[in-house]
Amino acid sequence: MNLALKELRRRPGRFATATVIITLIAILLMFLGSLLDGLIRSSTGAIRAQDADAIVYSSTAQASFPRSRIDVDVRTQIEALPGVDEVGGIGLVQLGARVPGNGPRDLANVALFGYELEPEGVPAPPPDGQAYADEILKADNVEVGMTILVGPARTPVEVIGFVSDTSFNGQGGLWASEATWRSTLAENRPDAQLADGVWQALVVRGDDDIAVQIDAATSGATDSYTVSEAVNAIPGVEEQQGTFNQIIGVTIVVALVVIGLFFALLTVERLSLYGVLKALGAKSLTIFGGLMVQAVVVTLVASTVAGVLVVLLDLVIPPGSIPIFVSAGSILSSTALLLLAAAVGCSFSLRRVLKVDPASAIGTTG
Amino acid sequence: MNALELSDVRKIYTMGDGSDVVALDHATLTVADDEIVALVGPSGSGKTTLCSIAGGILSPTEGKIVVAGEDISDYGDKQLTKFRQESVGFVFQSVNLVPFLNAKENLTVVDELGKRTGKLAQQRADLLLDELGLGDRKKNLPSQLSGGQRQRVAIGRALMNDPKLVLFDEPTSALDTELGEQVMELIRNEMKQRGTSAIVVTHDTRITQYCDRSVHIIDGHLAA
Repeated sequence: MNLALKELRRRPGRFATATVIITLIAILLMFLGSLLDGLIRSSTGAIRAQDADAIVYSSTAQASFPRSRIDVDVRTQIEALPGVDEVGGIGLVQLGARVPGNGPRDLANVALFGYELEPEGVPAPPPDGQAYADEILKADNVEVGMTILVGPARTPVEVIGFVSDTSFNGQGGLWASEATWRSTLAENRPDAQLADGVWQALVVRGDDDIAVQIDAATSGATDSYTVSEAVNAIPGVEEQQGTFNQIIGVTIVVALVVIGLFFALLTVERLSLYGVLKALGAKSLTIFGGLMVQAVVVTLVASTVAGVLVVLLDLVIPPGSIPIFVSAGSILSSTALLLLAAAVGCSFSLRRVLKVDPASAIGTTG
Repeated sequence: MNALELSDVRKIYTMGDGSDVVALDHATLTVADDEIVALVGPSGSGKTTLCSIAGGILSPTEGKIVVAGEDISDYGDKQLTKFRQESVGFVFQSVNLVPFLNAKENLTVVDELGKRTGKLAQQRADLLLDELGLGDRKKNLPSQLSGGQRQRVAIGRALMNDPKLVLFDEPTSALDTELGEQVMELIRNEMKQRGTSAIVVTHDTRITQYCDRSVHIIDGHLAA
């Protein structure tokens, strides 16, 4: 191991090419991971923020707010269940909003929620005509105290504060009272307006397994999810994750191949040196361990540089321009994946190291 | 105790076409304690094979090998690796120092691969390099040393584990005549001072004068 580290320290040029290539791959990997996190975050914030044990949609809604209807009698049934503590209605309308100072066609995409039970980080429902805005709307120049005009009917909504991580389908969340939501829905989507007491979905607090109890009690009228299930059930989320994970997977394979090829070439170059070391009493595993240490160090250096660059990139990208969310967790998980790729890639050289004959050090002609 | 006893050692290589090549045929050789033996023969005569078998690098097809009282005839790979770490020294034809280690580290690497005595190894490396006249070259990389200095570092490395037997594979083949003679003198002095036995593999009969006796090998057969 000392031998391997000394070589890295004294002959850094030998590892420069591999380090640069792995750094580029690490940047790609971390950027993709952050982009996926950002997309998922902007698609699911409103659901993740729910302080709930179940989110209840109607049975045919496929976890879609616009398709879901929960009638008063179903709500009453749910409220009567012994494991239920609290039930609150929640409804959504997704529209474009005119922001004062912006051009007439420069609409801010908003997801206006009417709610009864406050999500985490969101205060109790504000007075009618007012809303808390998700901070990603700051990128559209939305400010506190500003009145924005929502939808084609230009329904006025006054922004009275900002909340974070509550967007939905990439649209900034606006958290309003039931009346504000119903009026906005009725004015802008008259075909989708709901009768009084009818909600698109319910947020339920109670027993841990309350989702199962609710669906059993409503005889199939409802389709209930835990919060994490509801997040994954949002249309498009799984598809986004699947697509990105495949790209990330291919990137990992590329990293594995690059590391494998590099260390295989390095091994071939060093066969005579390995022969000498074996003749001096080095075990194959000691030599392979040195290779592994070098692969891990090179990958760690590349990942560190890439991590710093991705953080800097995140600082440079204007907020809200692309849905990117850089986190320590994402960078560390990318680093862990690259380290795994390094270990697997490096192991391609094991067989060659095992086959090195110490007799090669002493020549074969005599 | 003899440093080396080879009894009826044979080494047969099976070639790709299935035919057998006898590289060493019923070789019997004894190297006494403190004795320097020149093993002389042309290319392909089997001298490297004999040297490799004596140093635990190759296993014989048949026969008995005893090095400083240790019978290694039936040792497996792991036992041979440990044997090489602890009991023999090698000086290779092309010196083969580790290029990114300085002179001292090229000696202590033997300790790192084996018992790991740490400070003791550092002290022994310092002592050996001083004795070999390289006290002021300890921090130099092989590329910063002359051919003779590199050869001396290689001799120091071979002596690091305090072996009973050192095997020199063509130690002067890469050196000019004058430097070759200096190196052979150095080898003789170092071996005799320490009471260490040595086999010097060579095809150059001029260097046999530095050895106690010569053994000739032709087509795998030894002849005194």
